Amino acid sequence: MRKFKGKGVYGAVAAGIVSVFKRNDVQVKRIKTDNPEAEIARLEAAKEKANAQLGEIYEKALKEVGEANAQIFEIHMMMLEDDDYNEAIVEMINGQGVNAEYAVAVTADNFAEMFSSMDDSYMQARAADVRDISNRIIACMSDCVNTGNTSHDKVIIVADDLAPSETVSLDKEKVLAFVTAHGSSNSHTAILARNMNIPAIIGVGEDCLSHIKDGDMAIADGFTGELTVNPDEETIALYEKKQQEEAEKKALLQKLRGKENRTIDGTEINIYANIGSIDNIGEVLLNDAGGIGLFRSEFLYLENSDYPSEEQQLKVYKRVLESMAAKRVIIRTLDIGADKQADYFKLEKEENPALGLRAVRLCLNRPEIFRTQLRALYRASVYGRLGIMFPMITSEWELKEILSLCDSVKAELDADNIEYSDSVELGIMIETPAAAIISDKLAPLVDFFSVGTNDLTQYTLACDRQNPHIERFCDTQHEAILRLIEISARNAHKNGTWIGICGELAADTSLTEAFLRMGIDELSVSPSFVLRVRDAVRKIDLTS
Amino acid sequence: MKTFEYTIRDELGIHARPAGMLAKTAKALDSEITIAKDGKTVGATKLMALMGLRVKCGDTITVTVSGGNEEASEKSMKDFLEANL
Repeated sequence: MRKFKGKGVYGAVAAGIVSVFKRNDVQVKRIKTDNPEAEIARLEAAKEKANAQLGEIYEKALKEVGEANAQIFEIHMMMLEDDDYNEAIVEMINGQGVNAEYAVAVTADNFAEMFSSMDDSYMQARAADVRDISNRIIACMSDCVNTGNTSHDKVIIVADDLAPSETVSLDKEKVLAFVTAHGSSNSHTAILARNMNIPAIIGVGEDCLSHIKDGDMAIADGFTGELTVNPDEETIALYEKKQQEEAEKKALLQKLRGKENRTIDGTEINIYANIGSIDNIGEVLLNDAGGIGLFRSEFLYLENSDYPSEEQQLKVYKRVLESMAAKRVIIRTLDIGADKQADYFKLEKEENPALGLRAVRLCLNRPEIFRTQLRALYRASVYGRLGIMFPMITSEWELKEILSLCDSVKAELDADNIEYSDSVELGIMIETPAAAIISDKLAPLVDFFSVGTNDLTQYTLACDRQNPHIERFCDTQHEAILRLIEISARNAHKNGTWIGICGELAADTSLTEAFLRMGIDELSVSPSFVLRVRDAVRKIDLTS
Repeated sequence: MKTFEYTIRDELGIHARPAGMLAKTAKALDSEITIAKDGKTVGATKLMALMGLRVKCGDTITVTVSGGNEEASEKSMKDFLEANL
C-alpha cells in the first residue's frame, strides 16, 4: 500500500482499477528541409484539422460542462489563429529551413515559457493551453489520434497532467476519477472535473507515476486529496463506509429533489438558498432551492479596487436573475461596516463597528453609492423576479427615506427611458430588536421581512458571536429571539407582508416545526442545507 | 490618431476570455488598435500578446486607435471595455 497526497478538487470518493493515461506523444525531431513552402502547407492543413477537432470538443464541452466552461476551447481556436504565434512558426520554417513539427514545438515552448514566468498562477496555468494546441497541431500532422482509455470499463485515470481538451475528450461514462501528477487547482482541467462531477486529485507529484501502473487497484479521495494505491483491507473497509455515506447523501438528494416543501398536514413553506457570489448558483440549482432568499452583494465591493459601476453591477444582477429563471431572487443591498470594508470606502476605524456606520446607515449617509446600486438593481429587474432587501433597519424614518430614494431612482430611469419591472418586491431585514418591536409600523411599508438571526441574536443578547469566552451566554434558541420572530411574523401577516428567515437559525431543524407554527413563509439556508430542511418539513405534522 | 486611458475593473484582469473577446472586437474594426501598459505596447488583435501584458484589476491601459474610422473604432473599444472589463 502506498499513499500520495495532492489537492482534491471535487469532493467524492472513487475506488477502482488504474489506467495510466498514455499520450501518443510524437517525438518531434528537427529535420532540415529545402522546401519550406511544403512545410507551411502541411502546417496550414494541420491547423485546419485541429480547428475542426476543437470545434467538436467545444460542442461536447457545451453539453457536458456548460457554456462558461466550454469557452476555453473557443479561446484555443483563437490561439490557433494568433498572429504572433503563427508568424513565429512560419518564420522558423523559412528562416531555419526546418520541418513544421519542430517549428511548432519550439514556438510552443517559447510561448509557454512566457506564461510560466508570469507571477500570477492564473497566467501560469495558460502555458498548458499553448502546449495543448501545439500538441494538437503536431498530432494532426502525423495522423496520430489519442485513443484514451480503451482497456477497462470504468477506471481511475492517472496522468502526468491532462490538457483541458483531453479531459473533455475522455468518455465520462468510463472515468471514475482523475488523478494528475502536476497541474494546479486553478487549471481548467480542475474546473472541468468539478463541473463533470468526477472526483479529481491534482498535483500528487512526479513520484506517483513511477509507483503506479495499469491494473493497480486505487482509491481516490477527492475530499482529502489522498490517493491510495493497492490499499490494504482495513483502508478499503474505511473507504467503503465513506462511499456508503456519500451514496446515502446522494440518495436523499435524489429522493427529495423536485418534491414539495409540504408537511404531513399539508402546510407549505418556501425553502430558498443564501449565496454570496454568482459562483454558487450551480449549487443552488443542484440542491433544488425554490429561489434565492439572500444574495449578498458585498463581494462586488470587497473584490473591487474602486466602487463597482452601475454597468458592472447590472451584469452580475442580470446573470443571477437569468440563471434563476422565474424564481424569486432577493438581493440584499450593501452590508458592510468598519470591520469589513474595502480600502476605497475610507471608513474611519471605530471603537465598536457592530454598532457603527454600517449597512443601510452607510448607504443613507452616502446616497451616491446607494443610488448606483439601486439603479443597477432596478435595471436588472426586467430579467427575472427581483426582491430588494435593506439590512440593519431600526427606525421607520430610515425606511421611508430609502423608499423615497427608490422612487427617485425610478423617476430617473423613467426620464432616461430605461425599462424596469413594476413588480419588484421591497423588503427589510429584521435583525435589530428595534425593528422587531416596531414591526407593526414597518410591515405596511414593505412586501416582505427577512429575519437575520445572526445579528438579531448578537444585538438582542448583547453577545459577540466571535468571542469564545461567552459562547454559553449566546444561546441561539433563546426565548427572547423566538418571541421577537413571532412578533414580527404576526405583524407581517396582519399587513399582508410575507416573512422569511435567512440567518443560520433557518437551517436549525430542531426549530423548523416552531417556525412553521409561527407561520413563517420562507426559510433561506446554505444550498447544502436546502434538502435537509425539506426532509425535516416533510416529517412534521402540525395537527399532532 | 486617438488615445484614451481605461482602468480595468474586472477582478481577474485581462484574462483568457476577455482577451479573446477583445482581440475579436479589435479585428472587426478598420483601425489599428494598440494597447499599452507600463511602456509595453501590443496589437489589440494579438491574443497571446494581450495576455502577456498581464493586465490586472486596477491597472490602467492606454488604448491607441489609428487609421480608418477612428471615431467609430474608439467608441467600439470604449463600449467593449466598459461592458467587459
